[in-house]
Amino acid sequence: MQKNWWKILASVLILYSIIAGFLLDVPELPILHESIRNLYFHVPMWFTMIILYLVSVIYSIKYLGSANENDDLLSVECVNAGVIFGFLGLITGMLWANYTWGEPWPNDPKLNSSAIATLMYLAYLVLRNSLEEEQKRAKISAIYNIFAFPVMIVLLFILPRMTDSLHPGNGGNPGFSSYDLDSRMRLVFYPAVLGWILLGVWIATLRYRIRRLENKQLN
Amino acid sequence: MRNILVTAIVLLLSVFNSFAQSADGVEMAEALRSSGKIYVVVAVLAAILLVLVFYLFSIDRRVKKLENQD
Repeated sequence: MQKNWWKILASVLILYSIIAGFLLDVPELPILHESIRNLYFHVPMWFTMIILYLVSVIYSIKYLGSANENDDLLSVECVNAGVIFGFLGLITGMLWANYTWGEPWPNDPKLNSSAIATLMYLAYLVLRNSLEEEQKRAKISAIYNIFAFPVMIVLLFILPRMTDSLHPGNGGNPGFSSYDLDSRMRLVFYPAVLGWILLGVWIATLRYRIRRLENKQLN
Repeated sequence: MRNILVTAIVLLLSVFNSFAQSADGVEMAEALRSSGKIYVVVAVLAAILLVLVFYLFSIDRRVKKLENQD
């Protein structure tokens, strides 16, 4: 129980973000209307994905130094969980875009580069599965992962800012931070982000522990 | 099959409707019906989340049991 406090914290924070996210007041803005509440659910998906990819790349670097198989397993399971959150971010974003921008995929630089980033990580998983020999697989995928992470950051946060984009926070568009000047939304948004990150890490560690058991059985 | 389902749902909904209007004008236990019934959505999402969390905890327990075996 003592080691599980952060799992309970994750559940409580997300539960709070659902209740407060629907019931508290939000800024009244044209076009967005009540859909501004999606901020509490859509954005944390991406933050969780980025944190999971970050943990993954840290363990990839660690693997190259230690050659410890467990570091490699944790790194791949973080990507496995991160990809799920990436898809959740894409789906929720498409739903939101359909009702605020008029179509689910308006070929916006932010959207296209997030799709490329997701494909890049899918390629990582395919690359891994195509290699038979374990040490070679671990080493090659660790190196791929170390290159993929900065490219993902550039795709998501730098390239969309250099052109025009519909997405808030990009291409001269203000982020949501400029809307919620009264901090009403921060009260829900930050707990939601923390809760979802913890939940993502929880799922990744579960997958890692199962993977390690499987690995033990194989050897 | 689909038609039966649709009729069943319509019938069910009309029953709810008649219950809501039965006591002409007197509606009780209002909380979940206020604010455009948004509280119902909150309750649904909270239920989904809680069940998923319990499910994750149960997976966690099973993995722990396996880990303790070796």
